[in-house]
Amino acid sequence: MKKFEAKIRITLRKGILDVQGKTVENALHSIDFQMISNVRIGKYVVLNVNANNFDEAMQIVESACKKLIANPIIEDFQIELSEI
Amino acid sequence: MYFGIVVFPGSNCDHDAYYALSVNAGISVDLIWHKEHTFSRTYDCIVLPGGFSYGDYLRCGAIARFSPIMDEVIRFAKNGGYVIGICNGFQILTECNLLPGVLLKNTSLSFICKDVFLKPTAISPFTQSLTYDDILRIPIAHGEGNYFADDDTIKELEDNEQIVFKYCDNAGNVTELANPNGSIKNIAGIVNKKRNVLGMMPHPERYSDKILGCDDGLKIFNSFINYLRLI
Repeated sequence: MKKFEAKIRITLRKGILDVQGKTVENALHSIDFQMISNVRIGKYVVLNVNANNFDEAMQIVESACKKLIANPIIEDFQIELSEI
Repeated sequence: MYFGIVVFPGSNCDHDAYYALSVNAGISVDLIWHKEHTFSRTYDCIVLPGGFSYGDYLRCGAIARFSPIMDEVIRFAKNGGYVIGICNGFQILTECNLLPGVLLKNTSLSFICKDVFLKPTAISPFTQSLTYDDILRIPIAHGEGNYFADDDTIKELEDNEQIVFKYCDNAGNVTELANPNGSIKNIAGIVNKKRNVLGMMPHPERYSDKILGCDDGLKIFNSFINYLRLI
């Protein structure tokens, strides 16, 4: 059994108004960062998982993301997996 | 007639709902701890109350959806049992897919606690005795009440007349100004396609006793209880 670390980045899906991102973007513009656009705010989850191999670990984390960690109706997730 | 109110860690409207249903509406009510796996009696309706179940961690309702009792609630709803989700209860119902869509952060980013006006916009067991001319004053108290669903889902909700409550002004006009949180189409409450599951962000239990200055919320509970007595 091997141990893996998964870093999961969750963001609101494209096309869904990210009110936090928009507010931060407006604040940035008000302090002269007009060159910054498309601010999106998300969540970052780090977890460890025991699995026999990389593919199995990825499958477990993907399943956990779909079932609980992210809401596929509004959120996309990206997984970065490495053995530790 | 027996209603069951599920109590999650972090529920804070469970006792308000208990009082409104037992004292104001005059029916028998049990509080059901979320760790139970089954119901101890036959219920006419299950209520998922407002609050901050599991501290709203991860997403509102996301963790409560996996509380042990929820398998029984889902089974009950799928067999046609009536379920009402208020505020956090509505969020839990969307997380477990008993209702479509999701509740996003309010567009203002603020937690909003104030009275709003609602109007019934479709016939359902829950709104049976109400008319489209009724304008109800009911409080909201939420940070994530901005109802969102994709275009196809919204069209389906409209085609099937599943949008049962909309935010309106005090004259009953459904306007952008009367929309407190950015919800699509001013949606304040919806039912599922089978019309046995209701989710709504406003809190009828908080305005069910005249001593509070308004009992418009009781009209919704009474409407539903009358319906149950007739069937």
